[in-house]
Amino acid sequence: MDTHSLVAIDDLNRHEILDLLDRASYFEKNPNSHLLDGKVVATLFFEPSTRTRLSFETAVNRLGGRVIGFSDASTSSTSKGETLKDTIKMVSNYADLIVMRHFLEGAARYATEVTQVPIVNAGDGANQHPSQTLLDLYSIRKTQGRLEGLTITMVGDLKYGRTVHSLVMAMRHFKPVFNFVSSRELAMPQEYLDLCDELGIEYHVYTDFSPEVINSSDILYMTRVQRERFSDIMEYERVKDLYTLRNDMLADSKPTLRILHPLPRVNEINIDVDDNPKAYYFEQAHNGLFARQAIITACLGINPEK
Amino acid sequence: MMSDKKTELAVAALAAGTVIDHIPSAALFKVVHILGIEHMSNGVTIGNNLPSRRLNRKGIIKIESVEFDRATLDRIAVVAPTATVNIIRNYQVASKTKVELPETLINTVACPNPKCITNNEPMKTRFDVIDAEGPVLICHYCGRTVCGDKARII
Repeated sequence: MDTHSLVAIDDLNRHEILDLLDRASYFEKNPNSHLLDGKVVATLFFEPSTRTRLSFETAVNRLGGRVIGFSDASTSSTSKGETLKDTIKMVSNYADLIVMRHFLEGAARYATEVTQVPIVNAGDGANQHPSQTLLDLYSIRKTQGRLEGLTITMVGDLKYGRTVHSLVMAMRHFKPVFNFVSSRELAMPQEYLDLCDELGIEYHVYTDFSPEVINSSDILYMTRVQRERFSDIMEYERVKDLYTLRNDMLADSKPTLRILHPLPRVNEINIDVDDNPKAYYFEQAHNGLFARQAIITACLGINPEK
Repeated sequence: MMSDKKTELAVAALAAGTVIDHIPSAALFKVVHILGIEHMSNGVTIGNNLPSRRLNRKGIIKIESVEFDRATLDRIAVVAPTATVNIIRNYQVASKTKVELPETLINTVACPNPKCITNNEPMKTRFDVIDAEGPVLICHYCGRTVCGDKARII
């Protein structure tokens, strides 16, 4: 059985991404199984994240596996000063797979170097969160029927938002057109624009969240603009409401447009959008379960259709 | 030409040892640190802000009776990609090479990201070279990029 870790979405090629999405489709139709009979999965949450942990643990339970772990570093020996290496080595004695979330960037990559047990990165600081990206891709494919040739508009914090960076990296395999909408302070980093240039991916940079941009989009990917990202509070006050989506802005959008958001949201999507059939952010979170079932079985080298 | 001559006159010839030339002036003391010259008892001559046609101003280091291994010399390439290494034996230049940046640097550069695992766990750093010209390095763990001239050498 071929097992492997999943640390970053950038590590996956187009074929591997599509394989995971096909697995996720399978689990949407067949959520409960005994594929993980006799397997133990550790969920090590050095940083609390209830949403992500419950999603992973539900995925394991619905696959018939068992879960060990902790939900907060203060209840583990990390609080006694144990190194990450020692914690991972200890847990490796018990588990067939380790799902870990850590506040330090690069923690999951390092963990793969100290154990033979496959590691699934459930978020390492501001760095990587591949299961989020996979559920984003799954949501895009499910709502649009394809990944190729879509116009994807990303709005809000494009500078620090790891979800939008990962989405750019993952979508680069599928000939997208990107619209990057943000204030200048929170613009998409140059390295991602350079990457698009290099790969011949069409993109447009806007500071205006205009009807033209919305109406050309297949996917609106909204993100939260966080106050603490701004060095200048006046600037925050000026831009905080410029990138809020309201229902009336969707009047002339494509019928197939869907609105995504990694959640939690604050005020960047007005609640009057929630009842619009184009709002997809709650279902999007639900898709996380299938995406995580896909990741867990793939990392354990289990083929669900056999 | 006059100024070049003065440079040569200012520094004594070596019987045996290593001469590292064409170091950008700003990087001179970083190179001193990489080579561990602070802790040496050998004769050392350091010149800086010397005129150079290629670099405008350059630094030069001569160390008596020492030859460094390639791995040490290649670490110099992070901060001083233009540096040349002359090995002197019996007053003659036995070899003259440019420093060469390896593809991967293990425990050479500290990650500038305080939230990087390498700054919080007893472990070696690892940087991959993504642009040899700059040079630009990327942390294998947290993905932070660093320009060679800004890199903090361990």
